[in-house]
Amino acid sequence: MKNEYIKLLLPLIAVGLCCGADWPQFRGPLTNNVSTSETPPSKVNQENIAWITDLEGRGASGPIVVGDKVFITSTTGFNQDQLHVLCFNVKTGKRLWERQFWATGRTQCHNKMCVATPTPASDGKRVFATFSSNDVVCLDLEGNLLWIRGLSHDYPNASNSLGMASSPIVVGETLIVPVENDDDSFTTGLDVKTGIARWKIKRPRVANWTSPAILKSSAEAEPLVLLQSSEGVDAIYPETGETAWQFEEGAGRIPSTTVGDNVLYVPSNGLTALVPGSSSEPPKVLWKEQKLSPGTASPLVYQKRVYTVNRAGVLNCADPQTGDVVWRLRLKGPFSATPIAAANHLYLISEKGLLQVVQLSEEKGEVTGDIDLKETILATPAISDNSLFIRSDKHLWKISSK
Amino acid sequence: MKRSSLLFCLMFLFSSLAIVQANDIEQQIAQIKQVQKEGQGNLAASKAVQQLSKADASALVPILSSFEGANPLAVNWLRGAFEAIAANAIEQKKLPVEKLEKFVLDTSQNPRARRLAYETLIKVDSKAEDRIIPGMLNDASVTLRRDAVQRLIDEAKSLEKADKKDQAKKVYQQALTGATDSDQVKAIVKPLRGLGEKVDLQKHFGFLSDWMIVGPFDNREKKGYDTVYAPEEKIEFSSALEGKDGKVEWKSVKTEDDYGIYDIAKSISAYKGAVMYCAADFNSPQEQALEIRLGTPNAWKIWVNGKLLFARNEYHRGMVLDQYSVPVTFKPGKNVILLKLCQNEQTDSWAQRYQFQLRIARPSGTGVLSQNPEATTQLTP
Repeated sequence: MKNEYIKLLLPLIAVGLCCGADWPQFRGPLTNNVSTSETPPSKVNQENIAWITDLEGRGASGPIVVGDKVFITSTTGFNQDQLHVLCFNVKTGKRLWERQFWATGRTQCHNKMCVATPTPASDGKRVFATFSSNDVVCLDLEGNLLWIRGLSHDYPNASNSLGMASSPIVVGETLIVPVENDDDSFTTGLDVKTGIARWKIKRPRVANWTSPAILKSSAEAEPLVLLQSSEGVDAIYPETGETAWQFEEGAGRIPSTTVGDNVLYVPSNGLTALVPGSSSEPPKVLWKEQKLSPGTASPLVYQKRVYTVNRAGVLNCADPQTGDVVWRLRLKGPFSATPIAAANHLYLISEKGLLQVVQLSEEKGEVTGDIDLKETILATPAISDNSLFIRSDKHLWKISSK
Repeated sequence: MKRSSLLFCLMFLFSSLAIVQANDIEQQIAQIKQVQKEGQGNLAASKAVQQLSKADASALVPILSSFEGANPLAVNWLRGAFEAIAANAIEQKKLPVEKLEKFVLDTSQNPRARRLAYETLIKVDSKAEDRIIPGMLNDASVTLRRDAVQRLIDEAKSLEKADKKDQAKKVYQQALTGATDSDQVKAIVKPLRGLGEKVDLQKHFGFLSDWMIVGPFDNREKKGYDTVYAPEEKIEFSSALEGKDGKVEWKSVKTEDDYGIYDIAKSISAYKGAVMYCAADFNSPQEQALEIRLGTPNAWKIWVNGKLLFARNEYHRGMVLDQYSVPVTFKPGKNVILLKLCQNEQTDSWAQRYQFQLRIARPSGTGVLSQNPEATTQLTP
């Protein structure tokens, strides 16, 4: 009985352990784009650049931060078939190590994105790097190889001619890897220690670039993983892949569901607010609002407000209870990277490399600073060490208070 | 006497340790090479790779040598260990540079292993590139060859700029013999044609340009993809077949496109909800393992000599050269390639293309022509 209790708590502990200063995966510790403990600079200019380090090849994946290390992925080669995992020192930007592998799956991609588009993930002891070729590499934090999987090698029709972009997440002892596409479409839960599948479930056969989110409905509840597709959202148990409940009204295939205050904000019919379901009860729609339809960037819930950025680069702030728009702010877009939040500010980086910092208040949002990094940036930044970590193809920046 | 005995004992001990280490390395490599699909062998390989990664620099060449015969997953596991050892060796200035260079130059070794040896070598030897790369123009390693081609392109550009046109032309021609990546081929062919040289790109890449084609058959609601129409059962060019809108017959078509694109929508009709079948011969002088390289924005299936090789149910996600590489073993003599190409009913402007390009290549990317090119162009009804 006692063991069972501990077993139930393990995933929670694992998620909780990641909730400190680390930014261990796409959209942060709880996949909600929010840092609760960090204070990045609220007013930024060129002097806030703590360091810049050079990168090679292509990379639209975001950086992650674990302890005193920053990890990124990239690809090189004419066909982008050289897969790189790189590690840098958080304080200095010094490259600590780099490992390369060959893609075993297809590397064809739309020109805008690249083979290194999925953001890596970490459980604090290991780094899991996935690529559009559906290769999954697990290294320890020192760069020693622990295991590799080649999911397109195993399942040759699991690919997308426009490229795969979904980022993996770690929940407890399971690495959730979406491989959703027009043909052999699935999501799998890999054992973090061995890379062997705990489960593999069939998914809708439609290209999908969204990433999973974590739903923790209460401190006691087992975390659920939210898988979004053109058909809607499936809440699954991370250990088994079994479905807990489903939302079946369809959803977008680029921006991803976000959770805030135990409500899901799904890019569906504009934006749909959803109270989670259960094994006996379907999820309940709170509201739908076309005006809040997100572009490429995923929605964000922060300080009792829901935010989306539309295709025109307008930041919408809405009441999460009703979906009513509270204020709007036109920014310099377009945006691919999802906005992130910390210390009462939103941080948005445009595709043209303009980082804009928006101070939040009840009545309005105000741009308090910007830095033009003058390079194409598609990757969602990370927040850690009271700093922002931003990457383009060519550079990795750390932006800190002076 | 006592001293010499001690020396002998120490030598024996060291040589024994070296043998033990070499045996361990062999066993670890063998264990890693056991990894298979779906994580089979991962547990043992994970232990082995962690042990192997701690080996000293003497393990580097044995690891590279072991790439031969290893599956693509195992090659990546081995690379992980190699890089960890090489990083330490570089830090300790113990990288076996001479052995690595010898390995790069040994064309009997695995092309990827040789490239890895080269990339490791140039981290500590900035002059290695000038020594090694010029000799790699026709190498089996795609990337070593690419570097050699690039040097020649750069040289030809300089000559052209200096108005040494004849010399430039010769260097461009030389570069083309090794070029297979489309960006390099374009960078060579455009100036070469500007210098008055004729270049047959279809021949260079190994495109099949002459096809027999029949259709349309029904693919409304995308149901035709899994429907077995007559050409899948038997190819008879003389027979009229029941198509989507009545009787259809095989006809001969040809593409003049540099990159072998045959555009059904433009050349025949912009069919929607349709299936077309395309057939061509490939004559092989002997049994040979090659690749069919296909580009298409449409769903497709491909058979060689009646055997289904691969199928892909994806529509309008782009089309590029070598979008799909399908391994194939051609038998000696005539081989019949049958391509089923499906168009859906999407009305979006970006979902109207109905086309394909298909070439035969070695795994290194170089084009392979049918033994008797005439035979591929004369699939007579």
